[in-house]
Amino acid sequence: MTRIFAYIVHRGGVADDSAAELIAAAKKIDATASPTAILTGWGPDFDAACSSLRSSFGEIWKVANQSLAYPNAELVRQALVRVLPPDSILLVPHDHFGIDLAPGLSIKLNAAFVSDVLAIDAADGNSLNLVRQEFGGQVSAHVRCDISTGAVINIRPGAFKPEASATASGVVLDKSSAVSALSARRRYVETIVAESGDVDITKHSVLVSIGRGIQEKENVIIAEELAEALGAAVSCSRPVVDAKWMEKSRQVGSSGKTVRPKVYLACGISGAFQHLAGIKGNPFLIAINKNPKAPIFQIADVGIVDDVLEFLPELTNKVREARGVAAK
Amino acid sequence: MEILVCVRRVPDTSENEIELNAAGNDIERDELVYSINEADNYAVEEALQIRDRVGGNVTVVTVGAEDDEEILRRQLAMGANQAVLLYDEAFIGCDGKGIATILKDFVQKGHYDLILTGVQADDGAAQVGGMLAAMLDYPFASLVNAITVEDGRLKVSREIEGGNREINDVDLPCVLSIQTGINEPRYVGMRGIRQVASVPIPTVGASDLGIDDDAVGEGAAKVKRTDYFVPAASRGAEMLHGSREENAEKVLELVGAKGGLK
Repeated sequence: MTRIFAYIVHRGGVADDSAAELIAAAKKIDATASPTAILTGWGPDFDAACSSLRSSFGEIWKVANQSLAYPNAELVRQALVRVLPPDSILLVPHDHFGIDLAPGLSIKLNAAFVSDVLAIDAADGNSLNLVRQEFGGQVSAHVRCDISTGAVINIRPGAFKPEASATASGVVLDKSSAVSALSARRRYVETIVAESGDVDITKHSVLVSIGRGIQEKENVIIAEELAEALGAAVSCSRPVVDAKWMEKSRQVGSSGKTVRPKVYLACGISGAFQHLAGIKGNPFLIAINKNPKAPIFQIADVGIVDDVLEFLPELTNKVREARGVAAK
Repeated sequence: MEILVCVRRVPDTSENEIELNAAGNDIERDELVYSINEADNYAVEEALQIRDRVGGNVTVVTVGAEDDEEILRRQLAMGANQAVLLYDEAFIGCDGKGIATILKDFVQKGHYDLILTGVQADDGAAQVGGMLAAMLDYPFASLVNAITVEDGRLKVSREIEGGNREINDVDLPCVLSIQTGINEPRYVGMRGIRQVASVPIPTVGASDLGIDDDAVGEGAAKVKRTDYFVPAASRGAEMLHGSREENAEKVLELVGAKGGLK
């Protein structure tokens, strides 16, 4: 069987949650597989991250190099090309780093590439059957991948549930000598931290969250009126920020804020996984969308097929009536 | 600066309910509304803005078929200097690597300082830009949400987690994949499209590019979609089927019950 590696994202000496998810994904490829962790980095924090994986992996391949202190995908790719054995399968979390690293890595390794994988059926000889989503999650697809010369597979965060009991007593193998001088024509300069914005959506227990279904900037007020009546805040999905209808600080999702409200009203939001990744704490999720096929209805608690431009004002009236009565 | 933008025509997911066809091997494509992939449109706008600041030309290219001319013409109307359609029967059935291979051969027939793609298209794979860069041995950056030209290099901002941004210096030539929201794409009306109606859009095939038929297309694809399906809902929402007023009352009741009324 092809050797399976898991690329481990780490920060501050701690491995990312995706490490356990990649083990779960590797077990789907081969139930008897013991995937090998592979990490790149530099310094005491990096050493700590490698050691921390000894309880969950049998082997941990450590690639230490000063130029890898910051995970510049251009440099990490060069390092992995030098270290990975031919025809390996490498699992990578499908996040901003995986998107940067993996497609080019597959070319350099002459391996197949499959992006954003949600599920894996067992390997069948030299091919692997995988599940992806297309068209903004509206339909799924089975994909067959030829792994005879290896594969790089990006795994969707949260799609594979880690097994609780797995314990190992792994060894850290230092593979740093295979990687000497690394240089790239893309150089990391700095990280600019997001501005906090006027309203902190992470502090609210109810969010009226709007998506593309709000249609134009002038309609944002419809959501603001509802939020005001409820004592809630307005948040949004990516298309609303892209269109400059709301500030970036209001965006919920993997590239925006992570929120933990009690109630989340998804109004005209389709439910892309990047958006859902920002909703934590299992809130009561009410979805309103014109499109009955919208993926948000798969995960919502309650769904209404309706135009938010019509439904939200109706709801605002009901809230105001109820509050007016309560005040008397 | 000579800029190439790689684009694709896709079913517009904000305008369509995507359903399976009767055979289950494809989506139902009759009556779908197609448009340029959203991220690609931002990439074209970014290319035009860079050209207008520093001079040069913008070329728009797609690997597609005759129907895809409409989006190329739309990008000409936005202000691209030229457009090229890469079409050949040998290209049919390509996987991401096949598309990147065709683009690589096209790039090597010309001279481009900067190559842009949208970050991802309708299949959500986000792969062609990174593959193309690796084939050309050019530097690559994904999820780009700001570009400035400085001393013959680029200062490039990438979108990372939590709304943070990662700033990189990138040498030219390079490949960047553009994230939505990087700019405000200009509006193109019917009048603008009519004005470029007679601009020729050359079609370039496998032999023009010197591509071996075996290197691309279905035969070369290591990754193949075998079918589409709609997963059985694991849980799914409880759908409310009342009148709008009844549904609003129910939502109000639920929000109250979940402790959402202050």
